[in-house]
Amino acid sequence: MATAYKVTEPVAIRISGPIVTAIGMHAAQMYEVVQVGELGLVGEVVRMIGDQATIQVYEDTTMLKPGAPIQRTGAPLSVWLGPGLVGNIYDGIQRPLPGIQAHSGAWIRRGEKVDSLDTEKKWTFEPVASVGDNMMPGQAIGRVVETPLVNHLIMIPPELHGKIKRIVKKGEYSILEPVAVIEDEYGTHEITMMHRWPVRLPRPIRERLRIVQPLITGQRIIDTFFPIGKGGAAAIPGGFGTGKTITQHQLAKWSDADIIVFIGCGERGNEMTEVLREFPELTDPRSGRPLMERTILIANTSNMPVAAREVSIYTGITIAEYYRDMGLNVAVFADSTSRWAEALRELAARLEEMPAEEGFPASLPTRLAQFYERGGAVTTLSGKPASVSIVGAVSPPGGDFSEPVTQHTRRFIRCFWALDTELANARHYPSIHWLHSYSEYAEDVSPWWQKQAPDWTDLRTEALTLLQREDRLQQIVKLVGPDVLPDSQRLILFVAEIIKDGFLTQSAFDENDMYCTPEKQITLMRLILNFYRRGRDLIQAGVPLVRIRQLSCVPQIIRAKTAFGNKELEKIAELEKAAMEEMDGLAREYNIKEGTVICKTT
Amino acid sequence: MQNNIVIEDKGLQYVGASRIEGPLVVVERVRDVGYDEIVEIIDSAGRPRFGRVLDISDKQAVVQVLEGTTGLSNKNIRARFLGESFRLPVSRHMLGRVFDGLGRPADGGPAPLSAELRDVNGMPINPYARRYPREFIQTGLSAIDGMNALVRGQKLPIFSGNGLPHDRLSAQIMRQARLLEEEVEFSMVFAAMGVKHDVAEFFIRNFRESGALARAVMFFSLADAPSVERLLTPRVALTLAEHLAFDCGQHVLVLLTDMTNYCESLREVGTARGEIPGRKGYPGYLYSDLASIYERAGRIEGSPGSITQMAILTMPADDISHPVPDLTGYITEGQIVLDRDLFQRGVYPPIAGLPSLSRLMKDGVGKGYTREDHPILASQLFACYAYVKRVRGLADVIGEEELSALDKQYLKFGEAFEMRFLRQGEYENRSIETTLELGWDVLSTLPRDELHRVSDALLDQYYRESKDVVCEVSV
Repeated sequence: MATAYKVTEPVAIRISGPIVTAIGMHAAQMYEVVQVGELGLVGEVVRMIGDQATIQVYEDTTMLKPGAPIQRTGAPLSVWLGPGLVGNIYDGIQRPLPGIQAHSGAWIRRGEKVDSLDTEKKWTFEPVASVGDNMMPGQAIGRVVETPLVNHLIMIPPELHGKIKRIVKKGEYSILEPVAVIEDEYGTHEITMMHRWPVRLPRPIRERLRIVQPLITGQRIIDTFFPIGKGGAAAIPGGFGTGKTITQHQLAKWSDADIIVFIGCGERGNEMTEVLREFPELTDPRSGRPLMERTILIANTSNMPVAAREVSIYTGITIAEYYRDMGLNVAVFADSTSRWAEALRELAARLEEMPAEEGFPASLPTRLAQFYERGGAVTTLSGKPASVSIVGAVSPPGGDFSEPVTQHTRRFIRCFWALDTELANARHYPSIHWLHSYSEYAEDVSPWWQKQAPDWTDLRTEALTLLQREDRLQQIVKLVGPDVLPDSQRLILFVAEIIKDGFLTQSAFDENDMYCTPEKQITLMRLILNFYRRGRDLIQAGVPLVRIRQLSCVPQIIRAKTAFGNKELEKIAELEKAAMEEMDGLAREYNIKEGTVICKTT
Repeated sequence: MQNNIVIEDKGLQYVGASRIEGPLVVVERVRDVGYDEIVEIIDSAGRPRFGRVLDISDKQAVVQVLEGTTGLSNKNIRARFLGESFRLPVSRHMLGRVFDGLGRPADGGPAPLSAELRDVNGMPINPYARRYPREFIQTGLSAIDGMNALVRGQKLPIFSGNGLPHDRLSAQIMRQARLLEEEVEFSMVFAAMGVKHDVAEFFIRNFRESGALARAVMFFSLADAPSVERLLTPRVALTLAEHLAFDCGQHVLVLLTDMTNYCESLREVGTARGEIPGRKGYPGYLYSDLASIYERAGRIEGSPGSITQMAILTMPADDISHPVPDLTGYITEGQIVLDRDLFQRGVYPPIAGLPSLSRLMKDGVGKGYTREDHPILASQLFACYAYVKRVRGLADVIGEEELSALDKQYLKFGEAFEMRFLRQGEYENRSIETTLELGWDVLSTLPRDELHRVSDALLDQYYRESKDVVCEVSV
């Protein structure tokens, strides 16, 4: 393109929304960060043609003019990694939102520059290595207690190794002060508690591991029926109003990961406010500490610039990988990956790329795969087992799962929690549909569960079978009404209702119910199934269903999930005993001989 | 509006355009022009029209003309770039006035005096600086207050269809909406995009007669106004709302109607620019664009005020999965869905029971806001009504006579719920207490042990044991 500006300095020549074209950029690199205009709007080089570069700008470009100066930084978009990340809330390009507020009030102004981490704050650094030690990449030289829940290891950055020449004593240091010097064949390197890492580059690991541990979420339908492993990837697709966000919040609150990274990507501002308000008040069921002490939030809401939304996913996953490298189990929640895909589509359209399905760029599957593959169970560079689990919400247009983002996501995850509009309309929460969901991790984690309860696989299979049979019977009921079915089949309908009301639905707001331990899950499941097994035998022996329905233990079984806390399992056992006695009573009434009723009470 | 922009000191004018297409004008060889800058396009008769820059390079500027391109010619037009983005003068004296879609007086009055000019695009609210929506707004409609309560700072759209009474409903909400404490200032901003003259007339008359106009500001971009003007109307209205809420500390209820027209204008401009279309021809950035409107609701730290948004949109062919309602539903905190079937059975307001949802209801009702039984009552009504729907489906197949006695009772409950609880007069303003009592009345048509979700204590207090509260089907 010919131009009116005869300059060698980089300047903008065209502005179209978040896409700026600049010339004088021959020395720039792909994905280099630049500052555009007098305000220094942050942007990233996404295409280079000769001397010309296309820049994706992360801020609003209103009143930016051709001729605006461009400043190169020479480095790709990177995040700051060091103590101070936990408990913080960032925008898509890792600017701390509290810092922005302190700086300019309730609105995010353009060209805002705030350091990602507090450079003044002193942290207590405690060395764990000493002079003369040979250090490999990723090995810890010291530690900092970041929050009472997080023991932050200060590691040798992945690209360095060598002998420690000098290391400081235990004391107070800021993240920019050197705490050690190491020497390799090229010379000496100062190590600070903070280092930078480009967000689009996965951090290196030693090797990948098989997934064997479940990520316990405290949500019955997930843990029992569709478990996700530590290091696994899951998707939650659902139309609007099906409770994606509530489900994500529940998982972020109760998952037994060491660090939670929650990425609010193109979603509602008030939802992030809710997280900010709730998390400091809620306590972790395992440690009793506020949940915020292990949580990092990335909030790029739907009205914030779209280019920053695209990068927010990478910012989040890079931070997750950093904590994984300390040997921790990290869980990443991205809400929603559809908004991220839409950001890709929007930017691709501005770049005039040839669209593929529904206007999405042809690279969509590759990008999704790259994202989900950054999760996994691994051995870190320093030899520790660790994991990053990823749960991505998907918002299919019109709730139609055949659209490109849902379809491509399915190829790269192994756990699919399908949310259902009909269930949500009936206020059945979480509205995860038991017939449309699946988890390939169930096999991988079953040894762990069998250690908790040897009959876990049987219980799970039996309950799922019941639900499947109920679905088929419901088809018949829709046509001819329930009265034509024999009692044995109507019992299945009845017990399926109990499973739905007493096990699958789970209140996010009830003290006793919001988090359910694996032990309680097993106990509840066993209670309901023993009730079913016994009821089935009674009906076979001629007891009418009506009598079983009227038993006074039925409402108690349904309410057991909320009536008893996680520590009151013996009360559920008592309830089971009472229920069995009531059914014994029925058996006596109908003169069923002892011994004809066989009931397993494992 | 013109009064506030000093044009004289911006002398440079460009004569002629290289291309005019739809609402777009391309002006060549411009200098020192910014993205999104406001432009005055002067036609051959010397009349100015507003436009803004959509794409700017060192060679040309693509200008979107907000007042249509009819009568413009390549040769004669003059373009004057005003050196700033579109800004609106804001002041609390605008209350009680009627403006056009770009914020110019449309009631014959003078332009408001104000030194404050605000960029209509606004700035994103820092999520960290938001305060969570709280406190109940009473609309006087049982279907909304009782089941899908509106909370200060919430955005709750109404999904309607052609021919459904969304205009009457929104006028009623505007008339009746109030906060439960009286001492706070409560005002309303009304923006209509692409509405017909008689509809506009209906709203203005309605507001004048009820006296609601004194605490309201109205913006009208009529159906015959150039469609691109509509792209600015909601932004203009929200800019004023932000001033009233966050500078003057008022609680502002913003009504936007009809967002489907807005989206159609967006599609029109997108197509004229030759953009790659997404679903149903709408641009791929429809979601982000809608979010930039809807997210301008809420409450912020450091200001007592709030912006609550109700956007009304008509679903083409009553299709809730159409891109406009679909993307709206993903951004807003719930939705109120109007139901044609209810309307045809004579239920006004025809607010569908099950697909309607207020996500923030839990944060604005109950103890300390309305009454402690409110959340549980709503949840129980939902559950029972959901069951009614199933029973009705069954009754359609096997006949009502074949139903069990309990199911028949549910049918009666459904009838009572629709005819006594949902249905109400257009000028009937129910207090929240009335709504809740009505709710218990209709619930009491069911046997007490069917109400699984209600605790015994609440049942003791509110359940009507006497059997004479069966439904009488009249208002």
